[in-house]
Amino acid sequence: MADQVLTIPDSLSVSPPQIADETFLERLHGWVVTVDHKKLGILYVLYSVFFLFVAGAEALCIRIQLLRAHNHFLSAAVFNRFFTMHGTTMVFLVGMPILFGFANYLIPLMIGARDMAFPRLNAFSFWLTAFGGLLLYFSFIGGFGLYGVGSAPDVGWFAYAPLTARAFSPGHSTDYWALALIVSGFGTLGTAINIIATVLSMRCRGMTLWRMPLFAWLMFVVSGLTLITITPLTAAQIMLLIDRYLGGHFFDTQAGGSAVVWMHFFWIFGHPEVYVLVMPAFAIANEIIPVFSRKAIFGYPAMVAASAAIAFVSLGVWAHHMFTVGMTSVSNAFFTLSTMLVGVPTGIKIFNWVATMWGGRIRFATPMLFCIGFLFQFLLAGLTGIMLSVSPLDWQLHNSYFVIAHFHYVLVGAIVFNIFAAIYYWYPKATGRMLSERLGKWHFWLFLIGFHITFDTMHFLGFMGMPRSIYTFEPDRGWDRLNMIVSIGGFIQGVAVLIFAVNLVWSYYRGQPAGDDPWDAWTLEWATASPPPEYNFATEPVVRSRRPLWDLKHPEDPDWRYEQ
Amino acid sequence: MGIGFLLWTRACFAADTVRPSSPINIFAPASTPASEIYHLTLFVFAITGAMFVVVAGLLCFAVFRFRARKLYEASEPPQIYGSNQIELAWTVIPVLTVVVLFLATARVIFAIQDAPKPPAALDVTVIGHQFWWEYRYPSLGIVTANELHVPLSHLNHPTSTYLRLTSADVDHSFWVPQLAGKTDLIPNRVNEMWIDPQRPGLYLGQCAQFCGVEHAKMLLRVYVDTPEQFTAWVKDQHRPGNQDPSVAAGRRVFETQACMNCHTVTGTAATGRFGPDLTHFMSRSTLAAGAAVNNAANIREWLKSPDHFKQGSLMPAMQLSDQQLDELVAYLSTLH
Ligand code: HEC
Ligand SMILES: [Cu+2]
Ligand SMILES: [Cu+2]
Repeated sequence: MADQVLTIPDSLSVSPPQIADETFLERLHGWVVTVDHKKLGILYVLYSVFFLFVAGAEALCIRIQLLRAHNHFLSAAVFNRFFTMHGTTMVFLVGMPILFGFANYLIPLMIGARDMAFPRLNAFSFWLTAFGGLLLYFSFIGGFGLYGVGSAPDVGWFAYAPLTARAFSPGHSTDYWALALIVSGFGTLGTAINIIATVLSMRCRGMTLWRMPLFAWLMFVVSGLTLITITPLTAAQIMLLIDRYLGGHFFDTQAGGSAVVWMHFFWIFGHPEVYVLVMPAFAIANEIIPVFSRKAIFGYPAMVAASAAIAFVSLGVWAHHMFTVGMTSVSNAFFTLSTMLVGVPTGIKIFNWVATMWGGRIRFATPMLFCIGFLFQFLLAGLTGIMLSVSPLDWQLHNSYFVIAHFHYVLVGAIVFNIFAAIYYWYPKATGRMLSERLGKWHFWLFLIGFHITFDTMHFLGFMGMPRSIYTFEPDRGWDRLNMIVSIGGFIQGVAVLIFAVNLVWSYYRGQPAGDDPWDAWTLEWATASPPPEYNFATEPVVRSRRPLWDLKHPEDPDWRYEQ
Repeated sequence: MGIGFLLWTRACFAADTVRPSSPINIFAPASTPASEIYHLTLFVFAITGAMFVVVAGLLCFAVFRFRARKLYEASEPPQIYGSNQIELAWTVIPVLTVVVLFLATARVIFAIQDAPKPPAALDVTVIGHQFWWEYRYPSLGIVTANELHVPLSHLNHPTSTYLRLTSADVDHSFWVPQLAGKTDLIPNRVNEMWIDPQRPGLYLGQCAQFCGVEHAKMLLRVYVDTPEQFTAWVKDQHRPGNQDPSVAAGRRVFETQACMNCHTVTGTAATGRFGPDLTHFMSRSTLAAGAAVNNAANIREWLKSPDHFKQGSLMPAMQLSDQQLDELVAYLSTLH
């Protein structure tokens, strides 16, 4: 059969285009007008890393303020802006764009395509997202708001009604918040549509859906979920603006509106959003864990099914954020059950990852270290999630530091860990140079230690009754010592992230040359040059299994013999 | 791990018994809803703890046992692609666990939320304001603020207190961990919760839903009174507002400044409802929802500049002269 001949090696012979003779301005222009999925992917990642530093700095200011009772580092008003901006930034300007950035960069390479399905839509979406972020931050200088010129949103990232009504937030800071999220939300929708179209129509010859890398599968599911969840958020923002400027009364309780309706809109977005963020992290683990364990992923069909199940069930659990708003006992019981059920497919994933490592030869390179950290923390995050799904327990712990600890375990312990893993893993592909392993290990261990000092401790503060969103606390509560510890951990993480930044820059100029396939991996992106040429592959690859490069490297024992 | 958490917090508090107010902690319940939750918590900790030990154990074992001896070994381990039996096993076991957890939880949900209301129960309406609490006892004709008094409940003749919660402005949440879980106060809506505290004393908590600038200083103090204490307190609250002629000057300031638009003192022209009722202001040990101790020096400071204790509180600084301040403090200090 003709297509038994793998055509991948052809593409290896391609040398990257010479760009040395371009001036700086020409290169800049090239980046601004680009529709290349790889450049856009890198732009997304750089943009998110920039905001990661900004929102991280906000978090550190928050932690300085909470070092001890009655501290005076930030005023109440500034503290409220900072925690609102920290949350909004991390979710909308860091989490979503960076994960979509990876998807953008990797999916066409992994499925053997030359670009995304709609390259121009891709560029348009990126710039919408980028300008959404700038609009949000412009509020610091342009957001003439509640407390005079120089305001920023200060209603919490959940922006509960009616605090957002004009009666309580008379300035424009809340408008900046709503508009920025609408704008970047449209960018997100565009990218989601693009990913779905790409996965459905751009796969190379031989790559059936069942042979697609799990990374692409999960991003496909995530994109579908994004389409469903961003929509109610955008609708709610528009309703909010109607309330504020056109005399609507959706959420305006002074005129008979409902505060609870906002919560429903927000959380029907907000809960699936957690999975929109965490499934790309799963996607990353699905690529890295097998390669560094030297084994095929265990239970590929189960992994796909579990992802679809998570996406589906996650649409029916939103009111577990509302156990304290006075729902009936039957609703509380229903949302307890549906929430617990998400734990089942999630558990399947964890078991499959452990089974993938089982019997392997695990290499502890930096990407794998971060992935193991992810597994451990995600396990704990899942278990504290089960605790919170128990609605009576949630009546105690809702809006306490326990919840803060729980979701930072998910967002930092799982997602940020895997974002770091992904950067260590794919940086060689994107730049042609390895990141320093030595700095990488420092980064990993410091970040791990700092993470646990901070977020493990927060669970206890929750048990001791410390609510979230408070700019200071009373000395008689016995929270001093633990808050001090939390803050110290925060700074250790800050140092780790600085090491990471140094590593990113230093390795770009001095890092070891990577070669095409530094990790001895199996998916198609490693079959082309590092960095890949603009057209990705000189000839369209043809694949016969889930691990085309394995087949190539082990002609005596190829995967397609075992896969049905 | 759960048990570890528990022992740790317990140990923490053993050392802290000298504190004047009881330490806040969900593991020291003093009322039925809180102790129901506490027992459920122990059960959930046991199950999740066991799951943690098993899975984390497997993970650690795998990482340790299957580490590569050299960074790059030439040969690859045997490739295993999956197993339907195993997948089935680790689907079914979690499902069974979920069923058990759910049944235990459902029992507690219904026990707390759908408990029949005893006829002798005391009703209190709690109204959240940016950034203070209003308490109304419709059956006793009492209106007060910031410090809630409820009667002790004996197991043989329970006198539980039912709180009807609503809000005058934005969302708030009532959370005193040792008495019950939290319930939100939402404008245009009435929520209900109940407590039956079984140990007298002072219980602390605070607003648990972000409600604006001073959310952090919307503190909660609940006094659980013995029957005698409670009767005495009710009697005090029923006394008419103080008419002491020696502080007439201060009273005049109060009635001629904007104070009267926002505050009520029964027996005077002041009938405002925007701020706390001050008729028995001195019966409270703190001022401004727990932001400061209630003494003459602090009252003076508060009147001069509320921002000193609570930046962004909705009481304006009134630009009063020193003499007016002194007269006002003298007057307020008589409002027992
Ligand atoms: C615009 C309305 C307004 C005016 C005018 C006003 N207050 Fe207040 N006052 C409040 C509010 C609101 C609070 C609750 C503040 C908080 O705890 O956040 C308060 C709290 C207080 C308290 C503390 C009550 C407690 O139980 O802790 C005192 C005492 C007080 N005001 C006295 C005065 C006096 C005296 C004046 C006149 C000089 C005055 N207020 C004028 C609104 C007002
Ligand atoms: Cu959720
Ligand atoms: Cu509050």
